[in-house]
Amino acid sequence: MEALKIFLAETGALTRFCFQFFRELFHPPFEFREFLRQCYLLGNKSIFLVTITGFIMGVVLTLQTRPTMMEFGAEAYMPAMIGISVVREIGPMITALICAGKIGSSIGAELGSMKVTEQIDAMEVSGTNPYRFLVVTRILAVTLMLPLLVIAADAVSLFGSFLMEHIKGQVSFTLFFSKVFEVLSFGDLIPSIIKSFFFGFAIGLVGCYKGYTSSKGTAGVGRAANSAVVVASLLLFVLDFAAVLITDIFYDL
Amino acid sequence: MANTLKADESLIMDPVITIRDLRMSFGDNHVLQGFNLTLRDQENLVLIGKSGSGKSVLLKCIIGLNTADSGELIVLGKKVAELSQEELNALRANVGFLFQGSALYDSMTVRENLEFPLRRHLDRVDPARIDDLILSTLESVGLAKAIDLMPAELSGGMKRRVALARTIILRPKIILYDEPTSGLDPITAKEIAQLILDIQDKYQTASLIITHDLDFARSISQHIVLLVDGVDYAMGSYDELSTSSDPSISAFFK
Repeated sequence: MEALKIFLAETGALTRFCFQFFRELFHPPFEFREFLRQCYLLGNKSIFLVTITGFIMGVVLTLQTRPTMMEFGAEAYMPAMIGISVVREIGPMITALICAGKIGSSIGAELGSMKVTEQIDAMEVSGTNPYRFLVVTRILAVTLMLPLLVIAADAVSLFGSFLMEHIKGQVSFTLFFSKVFEVLSFGDLIPSIIKSFFFGFAIGLVGCYKGYTSSKGTAGVGRAANSAVVVASLLLFVLDFAAVLITDIFYDL
Repeated sequence: MANTLKADESLIMDPVITIRDLRMSFGDNHVLQGFNLTLRDQENLVLIGKSGSGKSVLLKCIIGLNTADSGELIVLGKKVAELSQEELNALRANVGFLFQGSALYDSMTVRENLEFPLRRHLDRVDPARIDDLILSTLESVGLAKAIDLMPAELSGGMKRRVALARTIILRPKIILYDEPTSGLDPITAKEIAQLILDIQDKYQTASLIITHDLDFARSISQHIVLLVDGVDYAMGSYDELSTSSDPSISAFFK
């Protein structure tokens, strides 16, 4: 019963934090310089990790699936199957989980330590709204950067898959990608991009919430970083479940 | 004797901070229980009290970071509780705050740390003069060479100097110091204390200083206020309080 109370209180606080984001978002001035800086830090500095993961994902998926597909004589369908699974589900989800670990925890720890060391108070004393400067810019930056990271991860993942197909089955670059794009449609791409925006928003929101509301002390900073990853990851699965259900209604999966 | 003379002089100056019957609680913890204080223009007033007695809370009430439950708090003629956010920000440009741990922005260079408050108050400064102002302020704390360093590359004393530079860059009329010498070695603490005196002389500010360092308190203050059980238990010059026979006062000067 106590756990339920804590869960509900936490959900309520997170919802209020989310409403405050939308209230502050449309309240000038917008901290454009800080927003661009965050886009660079969160997007550019995550791209290496995301693309490496994407590449390995494509390679492993191809290697694991190929023997089974060959048993049924269906290796010709490999590019199509890999393309659909990467673009629709694996690309966005794995990228978002990686970013929840990297970006969510770094935002949680950064804001948590800023709170503990009174940097947020110092910002307020300087005549700055710290919520607008720190929270709005970060949430917006993650929301906009994640879809771009997903697209990059998808592309590299498909390339990894092609390399394996080429090595194992002598499939040419043109053949592989023509097969991929034969089956892929906007009905696969659009929902995937849209849900990536939501994933990015969830990672930014939870990271900022955990950091901004962390309790005092260095232990609180560690807890903020840790719970930012755990809660954001859980929220990603819930969002993905909802996204798949909604996509099914509109596109009849 | 110089201290006493200065204390008498300060009585004719206008008050810049007036606190009457200020009360504040955190749940059942009644931190301030009717605190009174008057800080006059160009006066240095030191606030002492036990750890956790509400000294930092009081400073944060003055700057509007905490909201008192009741009582009157007037800063530079304005009632803090009645100010809108814009009015509060305008007031904050006239009140500097030196945080206990310096509170420098970790992700910004020294230059960006000093630039930050300037960019927020462009009505007070010509944008073309920002670089000159940053450099001259850093020179006044002896750290012009550190302008492009990150806070992580600075020692504790240097951080405190940069924080002091950030505090005075808008040329505030009042400066609130939250334990400016804590965590520093005695030599660096003396340097910071001298720097604060120099700044007070140069910019003619009023200062409210929290400290546990009695040597520092003696060298810098015209008056000392003793905060005990949430009230202004005693006020006087260092000599008056240090010779008091009241055990609650003398305990601080042993």
